[in-house]
Amino acid sequence: MSTQESYVTADGRTIGPTVMEMKNITLRFGGVKAITDISFDIREGEIRAIIGPNGAGKSSMLNVISGFYIPQEGEVWYKGHKRPPMKPYEVAQQGIARTFQNIALFEGMTVLDNVMTGRLNHMKTGMLAQAIWKGKAEAEEVENREKVEKIIDFLEIQHIRKTPVARLPYGLKKRVELARALAAEPSILLLDEPMAGMNVEEKEDMSRFILDVNDEFGTTIALIEHDMGVVMDLSDRVVVMDYGKKIGDGTPDEVRNNQDVIDAYLGVAHD
Amino acid sequence: MPDQLLFGMEVFLNGLMAGVLYALVALGFVLIYKASGIFNYAQGVMALFAAMTLVGIMNGQVPFAHLINAVFGLHVTNFGWTVPALLAIALTVVVMIGLAWMVQHFVMRHLVGQEPIILFMATIGLAYFLEGVADLMWGSEIKTLDVGLPQGINETIDRVTFDAFGYGFFIDNLDIVATVIAALLVIALVLFSQYTKQGRAMRAVADDHQAALSVGISLDFIWVLVWSVAGFVALVAGIMWGAKSGVQFSLSLIALKALPVLMLGGFTSIPGAIVGGLIIGVGEKMFEFLVGPMVGGATENWFAYVLALLFLVFRPQGLFGEKIIERV
Repeated sequence: MSTQESYVTADGRTIGPTVMEMKNITLRFGGVKAITDISFDIREGEIRAIIGPNGAGKSSMLNVISGFYIPQEGEVWYKGHKRPPMKPYEVAQQGIARTFQNIALFEGMTVLDNVMTGRLNHMKTGMLAQAIWKGKAEAEEVENREKVEKIIDFLEIQHIRKTPVARLPYGLKKRVELARALAAEPSILLLDEPMAGMNVEEKEDMSRFILDVNDEFGTTIALIEHDMGVVMDLSDRVVVMDYGKKIGDGTPDEVRNNQDVIDAYLGVAHD
Repeated sequence: MPDQLLFGMEVFLNGLMAGVLYALVALGFVLIYKASGIFNYAQGVMALFAAMTLVGIMNGQVPFAHLINAVFGLHVTNFGWTVPALLAIALTVVVMIGLAWMVQHFVMRHLVGQEPIILFMATIGLAYFLEGVADLMWGSEIKTLDVGLPQGINETIDRVTFDAFGYGFFIDNLDIVATVIAALLVIALVLFSQYTKQGRAMRAVADDHQAALSVGISLDFIWVLVWSVAGFVALVAGIMWGAKSGVQFSLSLIALKALPVLMLGGFTSIPGAIVGGLIIGVGEKMFEFLVGPMVGGATENWFAYVLALLFLVFRPQGLFGEKIIERV
């Protein structure tokens, strides 16, 4: 599966070699196995989805990738190197940005400030230098601001730039969180249920933004979702999980026709 | 102008000055509480520890002299040199940063995610531990702290007010210096938190730990930074109080006066700490001046707490605190 050759998709995007590979990941909480021996890869420039019914271990998997959980067994390979156990902030510094299912924004700050925090890792000037050499810090701030404004424009949240996040409706908060993650110019962007709790219109907006982000910036995106329809339209390849195990992996069409997936997931779909 | 009114004005001004010192102590509480949700009971002791360390370094005292002498049978007490005030302050800052690192590394890091009451208990332990260390390190006798701040009545204000009203105001130079320094400190803190990378990271951590981690902020580092800044504020407060009334163990009790200040101003607001401090300072002086004679005086001992109690009943989040809304 993990071929290194690039190819061009039907809609003209280039999918590069493997950027991240999970090898035989097992994660336990006490005696409970959340993830059992799962392997898959994420390729540069693709939109990779992880789907599965509630409790399948999707979020656990995302938390393993972003360093919030450390798996008991298995290896995480990132950009050709085996990744040692890391703190979440170190993973973030390596270029893996994420959003959260329950939105983790800085509620007290404005939208602009929130998105600016995404740039923290790109600010090199030290504390003393900022105090002494104001010019350099200012130049850096201006440069970062320009990048942030571009993202804000792109995600169409200019009109709320100065609004404290706490006042925003749910759908916009999700978009601000996406903007903040994007501001970090990540190698991999992890989206934890980006469409959860949204109405149809908001879901359509979010889908469009995810596609546009991938297209415009070439960002590699790994997302978790349980809305099957949305996932099939968005992603290049899909991993299907059930009860902590991988039961399917492939293009949306392949997965759709996989009998295990139909049994475990579609067969019990309520809608 | 009637004398009584002029005297009242003088009392008011003195109240403001006293309030600045309360505000300084309260500021240290707010910094840590905002960033980590910890109510740091040890803030007062940190001020004491900082002041004692400063005096000890300036006088060239040997740290842990009693202990060293007891163990090795020596009689060393003093290196025999004195250190200039500015250098000593710089060294004390280094010591406070070291203390911040140790607090985070040995205590707080192991308590991440615990209930607030557990963290609070830990800081009580820290307070007594630090008090013991301060005693062991520098001895328990009362010391004078003289870092060269001007003291005594401000002649200019005295003369000008005397010429204008026929009544000279007594304003202590030290109080004026304290006010200026406190103002500078607050401006510096605001600039730091608004315009530097670390300041932005600090605000981020104060707001949401998980989100902060996800943008690549090390909580450990930020908490050491916050405790260092609080240690620095404690040093400034320690210098001011120490210069005013000598460095002694009762200094740690000023932390108690910071409590009503925080209840007034709100635990999460820097402007709140300042305004709260000023209100308590002015309030207790004016109350003593106006009502004190009718009830036999000594109202300063309880006025602040009664005021805080009233606030708890009618506005529990304080003047500037975040509104407490519980969703059900």
